Amino acid sequence: MSDSHELSRRDFIKVTTGIVGGLIGTMIGLPSVFYLIDPAFKEGGKEAWIPIGKFEDMQVGMPYPFSFTRVQVNGWERTASSFGGYAVRKSDDPDELLILNSRCTHLACTVNWSVDANAFICPCHDAKFSMEGEVLDGPPPRALDIYEEHRITEDGIIEIFFKEA
Amino acid sequence: MWKNIYLWLDERIGFNDFYKNLLDRPEPKTSWWNTLGSASMFLFVLQGLTGIFLTVYYTPSPDHAYDSVNYIMEGVAFGWLIRGIHHWGATLMVILVFVHMLRVFYTASFKYPRELTWLIGIGLFLTTLGMGFTGYLLPWNQKAFWATTVGTQIAGTAPYIGEFILKALRGGPDLSALTLQRFFSAHIWIIPAILAALIGVHLFLIIKHGESHWPKKED
Repeated sequence: MSDSHELSRRDFIKVTTGIVGGLIGTMIGLPSVFYLIDPAFKEGGKEAWIPIGKFEDMQVGMPYPFSFTRVQVNGWERTASSFGGYAVRKSDDPDELLILNSRCTHLACTVNWSVDANAFICPCHDAKFSMEGEVLDGPPPRALDIYEEHRITEDGIIEIFFKEA
Repeated sequence: MWKNIYLWLDERIGFNDFYKNLLDRPEPKTSWWNTLGSASMFLFVLQGLTGIFLTVYYTPSPDHAYDSVNYIMEGVAFGWLIRGIHHWGATLMVILVFVHMLRVFYTASFKYPRELTWLIGIGLFLTTLGMGFTGYLLPWNQKAFWATTVGTQIAGTAPYIGEFILKALRGGPDLSALTLQRFFSAHIWIIPAILAALIGVHLFLIIKHGESHWPKKED
């Protein structure tokens, strides 16, 4: 090839192969990435009011445990997830009820109320929370989560507002 | 600096030798018919990649296989594309491998010194059919179920050892969870491993002998 401006047959093949290969790679590669990370974009977000118990059964100074399960559709399967918490009554006013989520803020184990320790104890790493959910001891980074919204029905049943993650 | 890194690596790995022997090797004057082998190998790689992606969502269990395939098609971003490529690529691969075989036959490329390349090629054709046969069952729909029923039943008609073959293929006398599981295993591990190994030897022999000449009148 004497003229250096002219593309040689070999170089033309190389460049063409590169371009076509790159196109095919992109056309299949990019969708593949979205295919893999697709579940991260899915949103649940279903909302519901969930009854947790009668207000008259909840005693001052004794956290009232409750639990409920929610069925979620994950991919092609329905999965039941369990949730739980404690209603802490402070007075006769149902609005002052403090409703704690029993999911430990450290690594998501379930805390239990211990009468002896007068605290919520997490069985996994010995975390201790006060009746108000404040961290007393152990590794948790923050206080127990709270179910912010609740209401009382005409029959005296406490319901909490629940939104799926 | 990149030049130095390249030279350092090349001295130890020998990219240049690979390049010269694999991609820059001398070829006789040939035609597009001689590209079918490369095309088959490209499809093998494509089937491998899309197949790996499919296993991210697919479940080889009678309870979930159908639903998980349905989910791939409707619930996952670009699932239809990945499965579509795998589905049509499978059909295309069987066709290409077969036409490649015909080309080798008609140009008499199977003769000395390439007899072994031809024999391994037969193995490649059979394993490709095996991929098609095992993959067909995996969606676990009516067509898949009955096609495999018929296919294994045919294998079962062999004299004396027919019943044994049928039970070995199905993992029992009937199509069951065991059948689906072993077809899945064969489809993603056993047959691809054999196929890849055979491709390796096939390629080595082709590079060793070079492409055959297109036959002339006096041949």
